[in-house]
Amino acid sequence: MSDAIAEVEARSATQGEPARRGFPAYLLLGVAFGILLVKSEVVSWWRIQEMFRFQSFHMYGIIGSAVAVAALSVAVLRRFHPRTLRGEPILIPPKSMGKGVRYLAGGTIFGLGWGLLGACPGPMFALLGNGMTVMAVAIVSAVAGTWLYGVLRPRLPH
Amino acid sequence: MPQFLTDPWPWYVAGPMIGLFVPLLLLVGGKEFGISVNLRHLCAALLPGRAEFFKYDWKGSGAWNLTFVAGVTLGGFLAGTLLEHAAPIAISASTRADLGALGLTDFSGWAPAGLFSWTGLTGAPGLLLIVGGGLLVGFGSRYAGGCTSGHAITGLACLELPSLVAVVGFFAGGLLATHFLLPALLPGVRP
Repeated sequence: MSDAIAEVEARSATQGEPARRGFPAYLLLGVAFGILLVKSEVVSWWRIQEMFRFQSFHMYGIIGSAVAVAALSVAVLRRFHPRTLRGEPILIPPKSMGKGVRYLAGGTIFGLGWGLLGACPGPMFALLGNGMTVMAVAIVSAVAGTWLYGVLRPRLPH
Repeated sequence: MPQFLTDPWPWYVAGPMIGLFVPLLLLVGGKEFGISVNLRHLCAALLPGRAEFFKYDWKGSGAWNLTFVAGVTLGGFLAGTLLEHAAPIAISASTRADLGALGLTDFSGWAPAGLFSWTGLTGAPGLLLIVGGGLLVGFGSRYAGGCTSGHAITGLACLELPSLVAVVGFFAGGLLATHFLLPALLPGVRP
């Protein structure tokens, strides 16, 4: 992830991209994503419980069809090398496996939180906007958890 | 508002639309779809401390994504006002029965109101679910380098093996929380 960020930073720096460029587009895309998360009921703690109890196809259908469409899109992008709206080449930095500990351990810790809170990061913000104000506490906790990781990072196996 | 917009959107409509965010963000600005990295940007912006992990140009690399998340919050608001659907969620009968056995009987709203509310936060179960769950989500997503959007959708779509390992972890953790932690935490919850 830090590699990916470094790469994005390098790209921005070389092209002198102003930080606010294209922001209405990102805001609008975010709005659309927030509406989708709510209207598809992905934000629901009950739906997450159904998923982890294998009692409904709903969440599997959503994640599965999202991955299928995204994978097809990425394959098309990789095949035809289109440029971004600003004419820049599209780069998808590969992830490095390393020992793989971070993916399994970090993933499991994330999953424990997902099962308890019933919301992953996107739904946390969508629920806050939807009126579940107590989600602000979960967001602050998640920022604190991220901060804790940043501090402990040098001592954790990756 | 037409009823097909206010009714819950079926998975085969919503899922493919969610998947389109991967190419849309790449085409708009070469950006990689991933939400949890914003938690890192917030740390870098608010309280970087001495950790190397938070010393980077968060505005340059993350301002677009923080804007996206502000949009997600606004989208959540619009979906609850313009597109509101008042009826309760059609949760499967078996899930209702399982959760009923844990003391949950009110299935209205997005989450158990007795736990996910400001009054719920004053009890031990609600506090553990909200604060504990939030901490684990934040710590785990950054340790794994992504969450549901970055690994399960973007990573799997890019055929990344590390993301598959992370998603296996997401599920292992979720199953442990659902089948071992929740039963230990919830018997205290009574209507």
